[in-house]
Amino acid sequence: MVLLSRKATCNSHGQDSSYFLGWEEYEKNPYDIIKNPQGIIQMGLAENQLCFDLLESWLAQNTDVACFKRAGQSIFRELALFQDYHGLSSFKNALADFMSENRGNRVSFDSNNLVLTAGATSANETLMFCLADPGDAFLLPTPYYPGFDRDLKWRTGVEIVPIQCSSTNGFCITKLALEEAYEQAKKLNLNVKGILITNPSNPLGTTTTQTELNILFDFITKNKNIHLVSDEIYSGTTFNSSEFVSVVMEILKNNQLENTDVLNRVHVVYSLSKDLGLPGFRVGAIYSNDKDVISAATKMSSFGLVSSQTQYLLASLLSDKKFTKNYLRENQKRLKNRQRKLVLGLEAIGIKCLKSNAGLFCWVDMRPLLSSKTFEAEMDLWKKIVYEVKLNISPGSSCHCEEPGWFRVCFANMSEETLKLALKRLKKFVDGGNTKRSCQKSESQKLKGLRKKTMSNVSNWVFRLSLHDREAEER
Amino acid sequence: MDGNLYDEFGNYIGPDIDSDIDSADEVEDENLQDKHLEENGLHARDSSYFLGWEEYEKNPYDEIKNPNGMIQMGLAENQLCFDLIESWLTKNPDAASLKRNGQSIFRELALFQDYHGMPEFKKAMAEFMEEIRGNRVTFDPKKIVLAAGSTSANETLMFCLAEPGDAFLLPTPYYPGFDRDLKWRTGAEIVPIHCSSSNGFQITESALQQAYQQAQKLDLKVKGVLVTNPSNPLGTALTRRELNLLVDFITSKNIHLISDEIYSGTMFGFEQFISVMDVLKDKKLEDTEVSKRVHVVYSLSKDLGLPGFRVGAIYSNDEMIVSAATKMSSFGLVSSQTQYLLSALLSDKKFTSQYLEENQKRLKSRQRRLVSGLESAGITCLRSNAGLFCWVDMRHLLDTNTFEAELDLWKKIVYNVKLNISPGSSCHCTEPGWFRVCFANMSEDTLDLALKRLKTFVESTDCGRMISRSSHERLKSLRKKTVSNWVFRVSWTDRVPDER
Repeated sequence: MVLLSRKATCNSHGQDSSYFLGWEEYEKNPYDIIKNPQGIIQMGLAENQLCFDLLESWLAQNTDVACFKRAGQSIFRELALFQDYHGLSSFKNALADFMSENRGNRVSFDSNNLVLTAGATSANETLMFCLADPGDAFLLPTPYYPGFDRDLKWRTGVEIVPIQCSSTNGFCITKLALEEAYEQAKKLNLNVKGILITNPSNPLGTTTTQTELNILFDFITKNKNIHLVSDEIYSGTTFNSSEFVSVVMEILKNNQLENTDVLNRVHVVYSLSKDLGLPGFRVGAIYSNDKDVISAATKMSSFGLVSSQTQYLLASLLSDKKFTKNYLRENQKRLKNRQRKLVLGLEAIGIKCLKSNAGLFCWVDMRPLLSSKTFEAEMDLWKKIVYEVKLNISPGSSCHCEEPGWFRVCFANMSEETLKLALKRLKKFVDGGNTKRSCQKSESQKLKGLRKKTMSNVSNWVFRLSLHDREAEER
Repeated sequence: MDGNLYDEFGNYIGPDIDSDIDSADEVEDENLQDKHLEENGLHARDSSYFLGWEEYEKNPYDEIKNPNGMIQMGLAENQLCFDLIESWLTKNPDAASLKRNGQSIFRELALFQDYHGMPEFKKAMAEFMEEIRGNRVTFDPKKIVLAAGSTSANETLMFCLAEPGDAFLLPTPYYPGFDRDLKWRTGAEIVPIHCSSSNGFQITESALQQAYQQAQKLDLKVKGVLVTNPSNPLGTALTRRELNLLVDFITSKNIHLISDEIYSGTMFGFEQFISVMDVLKDKKLEDTEVSKRVHVVYSLSKDLGLPGFRVGAIYSNDEMIVSAATKMSSFGLVSSQTQYLLSALLSDKKFTSQYLEENQKRLKSRQRRLVSGLESAGITCLRSNAGLFCWVDMRHLLDTNTFEAELDLWKKIVYNVKLNISPGSSCHCTEPGWFRVCFANMSEDTLDLALKRLKTFVESTDCGRMISRSSHERLKSLRKKTVSNWVFRVSWTDRVPDER
């Protein structure tokens, strides 16, 4: 008798992709400027480490908050007991204001329409549970964040049908691609419940354009059963605020939309993991105008509430408007600066990126370095970069990109020196002129050993994928 | 998926009683009521149980500001030992200030989102769990999966062990929140193991077998048994006999056993707490195939009184379950800020041993106060040795041996006596007349006042079951203001036949 559920034994959590194997390699041999200067530099982690000094300085000036005090009095009891799934109102208000500020105060968020969750991971899954049944589908433009395969599909039973985007127009969503995805879903007998976009995009690092927003809104206005979920987790990482157009702002522009049911079918997901660099604190949110969605999502948030200790700390932080104003501005400045360093550094090596205006990463075009226009060649190149150049970057295939040769390279999770070193290593590799040759024998051996070692840990699915690639040379 | 069946504290608020009586009068009222209900976020199916909560929110007792208000006795919180934790926090300021040895580790914590959890914290949790069990059994930190509260832990375990349509057997009465936590999004079913007052609500072999057969009759595949030990709402720890019975049962049926031991640190009786882990050890079943099917759920919400911090855990000997549950914990990780604070707290063995001892002492003392107070009002409780509540026998106060009568009594206690307690029907108890009454979420004075009010009520009812006219008036105006049609229909039918 099978004693575990299919969910427990299957691989649709998506965590066995090569995306995570590169991770494993990094864990075994992490770069450290002093202790391990030859180690692998992590460039696959979309973390924002550029503004911790601002947060730490605020904490140092507001010591009471972390210590459970309010105006010098201990409120420990109150916080220890606070488990109301409606959330701490001071925190929701501060978060709603912060979200408005992120959008240049051109739109306001009603904290009553906000549901707190343990990170955007939880928010996205919860929204799926609220909007879709097992077997329903959501359309997602490719390339997309690999985690969506787990977050949106795993326990919910929802399917993802890709909206294929291509480099010919900077990976923008086209009306044709959207309609094709919709048709494809119908062919697969899947009931399309909505579209999910990430704006700004991960992994592209670009904000959704006005043209794309028009296409999306036209589509959901026409198709009255379809929702639009906009994961705006990177909204605070736009280098120039004026370039970010949130879906909620888009609604406001069109007076008609505000009064129709379209308003109720547009939902925003947010989190403090990227803008504030606090993934460890597990703070996410769902914003919706649909009362039923808010009601159901609120109750579901029981499965992933935000720690009251954390809500209280961040309520104070985000209520400090002087702090938030300065932070948002400084954050943008530093990110823009850092992105330029990466872009220019890559240019100097002869490598181009998709022109980006947001995010913690660049979408890098390494197609010229491929031995062939295939995903096998992409994998091969990726492995060389991981094992020989010792940089962990994310191959486009892990993001479901339709064209081989694109890689996501993060720039905000390391020091400037480390970034320089990474670029130096990459330059050496490219200048060496051997980017298209197959992996060196010693590397094969290493990979073979890796295969034996990791056999017990990784599932069959992973093993098949990696083995297929490696065996080709070994023959 | 009916989102309105549960209130914010995980209490089942959906209808359990078949007492919606159709009446011509109510049809017009219903339209008005629907609008009223919608305004208050209620729907026609919301039960009066939820209204008790509402009543409390509108009129909460406060010693100074509202001495005639409603006393909350439906919330299983442990408020007795905050002073111990607060004192520790004062002496150890680094833990909350995100410092280690005076140095800020803010960055490290801000970035820490590893779903394997903070190793120091898991180690401290494992040791704390061992300490609660008298260090008779060991917990391997690597087999712990952290979750955002036991609410999350229980749901995650269901996702790992059951397919939609599979069933778990649960002894009644059980925590109302399980209807949501175990069934809602997982699609799993609960089949009750009926326990009765005839033997103190203990689980019997025949009850287990009957439940299993009932599941089969309903064409449900039984995946396991879930028990809460110590029990909510009974306040009793499972006996060794029951535990042996359970382990034998799951062995023979080749199914899982989940033991939610969230109240393990609230055991105050003379007996030691016997965990399912103790039984595995005593039966020499450690490292066997059976041990892989026994899982423990824990949380710091009751023992430490920290429900706001969202700290729960799954413990399993099955690697695949640990692996799957670990990945699923992504949907409900514990804040690193909180993990750090609590790893420091729980690593302090001087603190934990003093805390556990003092906690037990204070809970015992408080429980005795409630029990003797009830006794002097002629009310008995199930003899309990754990938990934050008593399972109170009010069968003798029922008009009839029915759930309608139980609800009627409950309403009187809420609206007249102004105590919010939990009716047994909300816990799926098969016998009417039992109520869960909490004792650890208020001051001693408040408890005394609650007992005084109850005593007055019982003595007045003994003199006659009709409510005084002034109460009628109050109820009448209450009707217009707050109560739903459903409540109104029941209360009027039972209480005021003459006013029609």
